[in-house]
Amino acid sequence: MPAQTTELRVREVRIKLHRAGSGPTVLFLHGAGGVPQWLPFFDLLAEDYELLVPEHPGFGGSDDPPWIRSMPDLAMFYLDLVEEAGLDGIHVIGNSLGGWLAAEILIRDRARFKSLVQLAPAGIRVQGVPCGDNFIWGPEEALRNLYYDQSFADRILAVKPSDEQMDVMLKNRFTVAKFGWQPRWYNPDLEKWLHRIKLPALVIWGGDDKIMPREYAGLWRERLPDARLILLPECGHLPHVEHAETVARHVHDFLKGAAR
Amino acid sequence: MKLVSFHLMPYRPLDLEQAAKHRSAWVVLPNRLYDPVKGAEEYARHIDALVYAEALGFDAIGVNEHHQTAYGLMPAPNLIASALIQRTSRVQIAILGRALPLVNNPIYIAEEFAMLDNLSKGRIIAGFVRGIGSEYHSSGTNPYFSHERFHEAHDLIVRAWTEPGPFPFHGDHFSLQYVNLWPRPYQSPHPPIWIPSQGSSETVAWASHPDRKYPFLVTFSSGDLVARYHTTYRERAREYGYEAASEQLGWACPIYIAETDERARAEAGHAVETLFNDFLRQTFEMLMPPGYTSIGSMKNFISSRRALGGGRMTAEGLIESGTALIGSPKTVLAGIERMRERTGFGILVALLQFGVLSDELTLRNMDMFAAEVMPHLRD
Repeated sequence: MPAQTTELRVREVRIKLHRAGSGPTVLFLHGAGGVPQWLPFFDLLAEDYELLVPEHPGFGGSDDPPWIRSMPDLAMFYLDLVEEAGLDGIHVIGNSLGGWLAAEILIRDRARFKSLVQLAPAGIRVQGVPCGDNFIWGPEEALRNLYYDQSFADRILAVKPSDEQMDVMLKNRFTVAKFGWQPRWYNPDLEKWLHRIKLPALVIWGGDDKIMPREYAGLWRERLPDARLILLPECGHLPHVEHAETVARHVHDFLKGAAR
Repeated sequence: MKLVSFHLMPYRPLDLEQAAKHRSAWVVLPNRLYDPVKGAEEYARHIDALVYAEALGFDAIGVNEHHQTAYGLMPAPNLIASALIQRTSRVQIAILGRALPLVNNPIYIAEEFAMLDNLSKGRIIAGFVRGIGSEYHSSGTNPYFSHERFHEAHDLIVRAWTEPGPFPFHGDHFSLQYVNLWPRPYQSPHPPIWIPSQGSSETVAWASHPDRKYPFLVTFSSGDLVARYHTTYRERAREYGYEAASEQLGWACPIYIAETDERARAEAGHAVETLFNDFLRQTFEMLMPPGYTSIGSMKNFISSRRALGGGRMTAEGLIESGTALIGSPKTVLAGIERMRERTGFGILVALLQFGVLSDELTLRNMDMFAAEVMPHLRD
């Protein structure tokens, strides 16, 4: 299923949007790495859904408006985006920083949303269980710590990135620092509002996540009013990359059930 | 030329072999490697050396701020400045500098400097820095907002020093209903402000602006880079419509002098190598957290680093590149004069103790500098 890439304009901000498939709308919110390539997981979803994968402001090919300064700003921007794009009945999937973003959006206004899938989201903290410090890790170390199965890292490391790709990585890294450096990977005012997300939710977590340890999964399940948890063994921080088919199957099942 | 005897106060008893097993001598170096009994002795000896500089005729003595590192034992440099005030009477005391973005209320910095200025009856030079990249890891401060926080804190401090209080200040990062400094600074309108920097173009443009004309100190760079940053400062000043004075250009450099070049290298070679290879050792991710510089500056840094290559720096290489001045009085003087001819700089910040250099050699180095070099630098 080839993806189309288009441009959205929301409040003078140009957003690069990848889309594929048709059916009910699934909005995928990417994590700190941006959208360096179209994933097999996206193809699997696009078989039954209209999948939208925007690049957040400050990432990849999207603009970087200086007035978006925090995750709450980014969430408010996305509420503008879904309204202006006329999206409704949205199933939102977020990974890592994108999962944090999904939660920030939904505690504010869930009217246009139908369900939530969280893939190892950031955004809340478990005292005494620190996240991995991907800001102090070197590039190879950071990449390897994303995966349980090191062959994923090996394949990426085997290809030298182009100058353009390096520029995008640098841009993404700056934006990630803006949103996630302090407090590190959470908003202290998020957890207490998670009960507002009165939607069916599925939380999927890698049992070997070195960025957001699996201990975080339990707190998400506890705080979300209607959440199911799936812990995947032999899986790192990107379950939809490392176990694309398994995760896609779980998501399909979930969306076909309560969420429809 | 204005002469500053500057000190980093390194923790010399550091077990270098143990330290090398860790990612860096900063941030993550386990503090069990610090022995308080040895450390207390280090403070005493380092302060003695700084105080001694007054008797030798230096214009100023200088300290600075670094956190969570064996490289320098001064997370709170104003504490050291306060001790120095009590043991000196004439010399200026330069805090080079305090890292403004790292604090959540810059008024405390304004207050501390004002206190020191009163305690010393106007001998304080206030250095403002952003802190190096590692300090954004150790303090948790978001490097993305480093420049914003620096500028806002600077504005707040200068206004607190100069405007009648109380007045309100409401910025994006710091918001105070009452700014009303007690005490006010002793010097009028306020202590001189110096800007030590590794030479980012943003900082040069800001420091040289006619509203500020702050002396700009280039720290720990090769001779060519020092010359380039001084030249950039001068060019900026001309674009702003004025000629930069020599008092606006400073150079901070490790210096060691002995009777002959050979002897100087033999005595200080290892020490200068420990400064750059062991005490300054940081990874790229620590030095350059995202947002600490513009994307453009960061890309320049990445490519220049790639050109430099890895590996340990040698004393020879550091001398060759003009990063350190080590040699006979004649050699060192020639190095200083060469830079003076190239850039017309007017402030020399001499790091006369560095790395593991012993007290004995440090004091002899200071004596040699005062006797053999200083007289030639008096304009």
